[in-house]
Amino acid sequence: MKKSIPGPVSRAGNIPTRMGSWSTIKPVLKGKCNFCLLCWIFCPEGAISQDEGHRQVLFNNEECKGCGICVRECPTGAIEMAEPEQGERP
Amino acid sequence: MKLKEISREELFRSSYGCAGCAAVLAVRLTLKVLGRNCVCVVPANCISTVSCYYPQTPFFVPMTVMAFAATGAALSGISAGFRRRGREDISVVGFSGDGGTADIGIQSLSGAIDGGYKFIYICYDNEAYMNTGIQRSGLTPYGATTTTTPAPCFETESKKDMLRIVAAHDIPYAATACTSYPLDFMQKVARANRVNGPTYIHVLAPCPTGWGFAPDRAIELGRMAVESGFWRLVELENGKLRTTHKPSRRRSVAEYFAAQTRFRQLSPEQIEEIQRNIDRRQAAGQAFSATG
Ligand SMILES: Cc1ncc(C[n+]2csc(CCOP(=O)(O)OP(=O)(O)O)c2C)c(N)n1
Ligand code: SF4
Ligand code: SF4
Ligand code: SF4
Repeated sequence: MKKSIPGPVSRAGNIPTRMGSWSTIKPVLKGKCNFCLLCWIFCPEGAISQDEGHRQVLFNNEECKGCGICVRECPTGAIEMAEPEQGERP
Repeated sequence: MKLKEISREELFRSSYGCAGCAAVLAVRLTLKVLGRNCVCVVPANCISTVSCYYPQTPFFVPMTVMAFAATGAALSGISAGFRRRGREDISVVGFSGDGGTADIGIQSLSGAIDGGYKFIYICYDNEAYMNTGIQRSGLTPYGATTTTTPAPCFETESKKDMLRIVAAHDIPYAATACTSYPLDFMQKVARANRVNGPTYIHVLAPCPTGWGFAPDRAIELGRMAVESGFWRLVELENGKLRTTHKPSRRRSVAEYFAAQTRFRQLSPEQIEEIQRNIDRRQAAGQAFSATG
């Protein structure tokens, strides 16, 4: 049998959705983040990324829908919801 | 499996799903395990609805929308094609809702398991036909209101025990999971991916819109479902059933019900009856303890 599809099947040629405009409030790190990654794993939108250098998480306002799961699941209570400044809005 | 070791690549992100949707989370977590070398089949349900707004899509892997009843058939067919081409390394995964699994797609799922091709069938269970407006399904639990079982009435049938149904096919691997226990769920997806045959994972996915709770409580609700014994996290490998996670804390089912609006019309006596049934089923070691 011959291999006719090279490599992984995905070539990712899509235009991603960005649903950040659905929410006017966004998560912000206010307290001490211990880099436990619980908020990261639970975010349904994949809107949280890891800043390895500073050992803390980053929020992508363009993809975050403001559900508040990260705020509730953070064990140190480091995240708060806030309305971003005018220029920072998605 | 540790959180730090999990892939950071997001292959399903920022969909059109409701804020706090655990079904969306289930897809995201699955694709973290399977990576780019996979093909998805999604029948008519919330996931296909929140993913298909041409030219945009939250999927970064190939996916096809399938007729409601045909998830199993599509999975077998695609898998057969890959086998013919010698590409059994590609994972073929289906994301079907509870209605698409326990009601309309059940014969196709049954045929697909019987066919023996390699695939992962994921049933994300939000306990009703949510996409079309919260109609009851074969997996709506006893006592829940939906738009077809509106208050003061409620669903009077118990949840179909899908795990026992697939187990009756001598399936090589099947499991239950919940999005509130992501490592447990992802481990099960990884195990299913290693099986060279049909596999089934039934993941409870709390739905803020259909169940009636605030979006930020989606993870908490799933945890309450497991801690109250309403949902069990088990795994069935070659006919052996194993509990993969025993909650350290026990809650009453009344507490779980009180956190959502769909059980509001139940009287304390009715909830007590449900609790007794759960305790009885748990003692009997049955896979799902959701009501009687
Ligand atoms: C044959 C057929 N009947 C009805 C429909 C309409 N329909 C589309 S999605 C859906 C509900 C799906 O429910 P479920 O499988 O539980 O997934 P959920 O919406 O809860 O994610 C229905 C009834 C359809 N698309 N095809
Ligand atoms: S608010 Fe919700 S969508 Fe936004 S980052 Fe937190 S968990 Fe993700
Ligand atoms: S849950 Fe809190 S402590 Fe953990 S990584 Fe997120 S912000 Fe940091
Ligand atoms: S209705 Fe429920 S399952 Fe469907 S997208 Fe909304 S939260 Fe998710």
